[in-house]
Amino acid sequence: MRGTPQPLALVLALGVAVLAAVPAGAQTVVGVTATEIKIGNTNPYSGPASAYGTIGKVIGAYFKKVNDEGGVNGRKINYITYDDGYSPPKTVEMVRKLVEQDQVAALFQTLGTPPNSAIHKYMNQQKVPHLFVATGATKWNDPQNFPWTMGFQPNYQTEGRVYAAHVLKNHPNAKIGILYQNDDYGKDYLKGFEDGLGEAHKKMIVLRQSYEVTDPTIDSQIVNLKNSSANVFFNITIPKFAVQAIKKTHDIGWKPVHYLNNVSSSLATVLKPAGLEASKDLITALYMKEVTDPQWRNDKGFTDWVAFMKKYYPEGALDDQANGYGYNVAILMTHVLKQCGNDLSRENIMRQAANVKNLELPLLLPGIKVNTSPTDFAPIEQEQLAKFNGEKWDLFGELFDAFRKN
Amino acid sequence: MSGSRLPRLVGLLSLLLAACALPFVLSNFRLFQFSQVYIYAIAILGLNMLTGYNGQFSLGHGAFYAIGAYVSAIMMDRWNIAYGWTLPVAGVLCLVVGFLFGLPALRLEGLYLALATFSLALAVPQILKYFEHWTGGSQGIVLSKPNAPFGLKLNPDQWLYFVTFAVLVLLFWLGANLLKGRIGRAIVAIRDNHIAAEAMGINTALYKSLVFGVSAAYTGVAGALSASVIAYVAPDSFNVFLSVTLLIGSVIGGLASISGAVFGALFIQFVPNWAQDISKAAPWAIFGVFLIGFMYLMPFGIAGGIRLLWIRATRSRVPQEGRSAVPTQAHTTT
Repeated sequence: MRGTPQPLALVLALGVAVLAAVPAGAQTVVGVTATEIKIGNTNPYSGPASAYGTIGKVIGAYFKKVNDEGGVNGRKINYITYDDGYSPPKTVEMVRKLVEQDQVAALFQTLGTPPNSAIHKYMNQQKVPHLFVATGATKWNDPQNFPWTMGFQPNYQTEGRVYAAHVLKNHPNAKIGILYQNDDYGKDYLKGFEDGLGEAHKKMIVLRQSYEVTDPTIDSQIVNLKNSSANVFFNITIPKFAVQAIKKTHDIGWKPVHYLNNVSSSLATVLKPAGLEASKDLITALYMKEVTDPQWRNDKGFTDWVAFMKKYYPEGALDDQANGYGYNVAILMTHVLKQCGNDLSRENIMRQAANVKNLELPLLLPGIKVNTSPTDFAPIEQEQLAKFNGEKWDLFGELFDAFRKN
Repeated sequence: MSGSRLPRLVGLLSLLLAACALPFVLSNFRLFQFSQVYIYAIAILGLNMLTGYNGQFSLGHGAFYAIGAYVSAIMMDRWNIAYGWTLPVAGVLCLVVGFLFGLPALRLEGLYLALATFSLALAVPQILKYFEHWTGGSQGIVLSKPNAPFGLKLNPDQWLYFVTFAVLVLLFWLGANLLKGRIGRAIVAIRDNHIAAEAMGINTALYKSLVFGVSAAYTGVAGALSASVIAYVAPDSFNVFLSVTLLIGSVIGGLASISGAVFGALFIQFVPNWAQDISKAAPWAIFGVFLIGFMYLMPFGIAGGIRLLWIRATRSRVPQEGRSAVPTQAHTTT
């Protein structure tokens, strides 16, 4: 350490940074001018979850379409999206940049449960709309404690209720066995299912078995469930364990009515590895049109989406469900902004987000509608059951509304 | 040397003053970023002791950062212990863990040690999920930002800025004293030629393990500070990339240089953001260009580069000193 320059150079570096800092301008309505609305977003464009990054891109593509068609009530949407690499500290930094420096009117579709958990408190302290977050956790529907945060897709508890309703209706005398992952995700499903059964019917559950995500196998749990004489099996597992559970159930000759959570409903990563024969007659709950399902090929919502993709996001994959997801949620956001009219204050954006009535989105299953209210921050709460026929999921029965609003 | 004392002191003092003035001119967002720079700088100094001064490679310092962060978060969340008390606990715990890890690691050299530490970085996020009762599993732990004590009129961002800065100054002062004295010479001697060092009576095994421990302690304290500044910990916060990032910071800033840790921290905090501003489509390609550019233009890191420039600029005034001041510390660290 013989040279002397480093401290001086550091002073210089800090000085440059001071100059770079932009003083926050005072505005009556933050993030909105006569010609534009600023909407902020973070997505994992790099890192372990970068496969989801396409959602951030397809949203940008849809807002471009909206702008090309004249914008929302004459204002263009200025969509600012940053990469957070699915790393919560980076999410905090990028979101603070969006809120404090870019001065966005609202945050929209930030992706992932951990990244959103990291900014949950901050957004509500700053009173900035934190809308339609891309995660299935239930905690986003808590308007009393977190009035600025709202979820989007059906959460795990909602889905648990759907299965419970189906069991009560079709198998009123069932003995139910449950396998669940011992963490927030598994317990969310379990809680929804038990709440759906209600106090009177909770005793229908004859055995609950859990596993840790670090366990190598769940074979013994499956054997225990079979020996409990359960004839209905609610399978709350992530893909790796779902494969094991489906196989083992089949191999030991247990033939329960088998409900499989939507998390593991993928043909490619679960049903095929588990064996299509063993997967036959599984039941799951769906809320979106599967973009690879041939039954929607002539559906207007689907063909519109394909046309949009070809024009505005040609590099996006047409067999990636995430691109359908992003399209749906971008349409919902645009709807909320339209509904705001000329009052784009953060309060009104939140008020309108909590006042969506019977909105249909092109890639939701027919009949499923988005509904919110000041006490209900879970936009999609309907799902339809589907049975696996050995090749694909066949929708059956009516739509289930988790809270029987209809 | 006495001639260079005064400007050095003036430089350090003006730096200190400038840093203390920042909270009153910068936005809260910038302060948050600078708090992160200081945290990274502490972690990088820790890594620098190990890699730069002692010649041991680590691709796993993100693991110690994570342990520090979780120790702090669990203490705050479970037992309501003030964040200030969690810092020494995190430091001591990481010291012990680092020391214990350093013992078997003695048998590994160079790339093999790098791989062994890499396995730490890979394992820790998963292990954190296993102790869900304490760590909150993959959902992590949500914390509150501390408010300024004693009725100080500072917002949490300003206060945390001062806290991280004070810890930085303290740890850099301690580190400088450690590295410039007898112990520091022993550490460097082990790096340069460990047989010769042993012949001179240095207990290389003990020193290497101790450096590992101290290095881990610095990084652990940095992690503990980050828990308060981010106000959230989760396994996803401490992925493998964090370890690599710290190594990048330490090399770019300047190995075996104390001020280099700050330059490295500035680099890893701001350059990825600039890269993203330049190109949304391929930010990491831009980052890579920056990285190669820096390595090419400043092979001894930013600190080494500045030192060379300074020497060139002052050569006419103090020729003898200038010539001998070519960074001798940096060039043997490959």
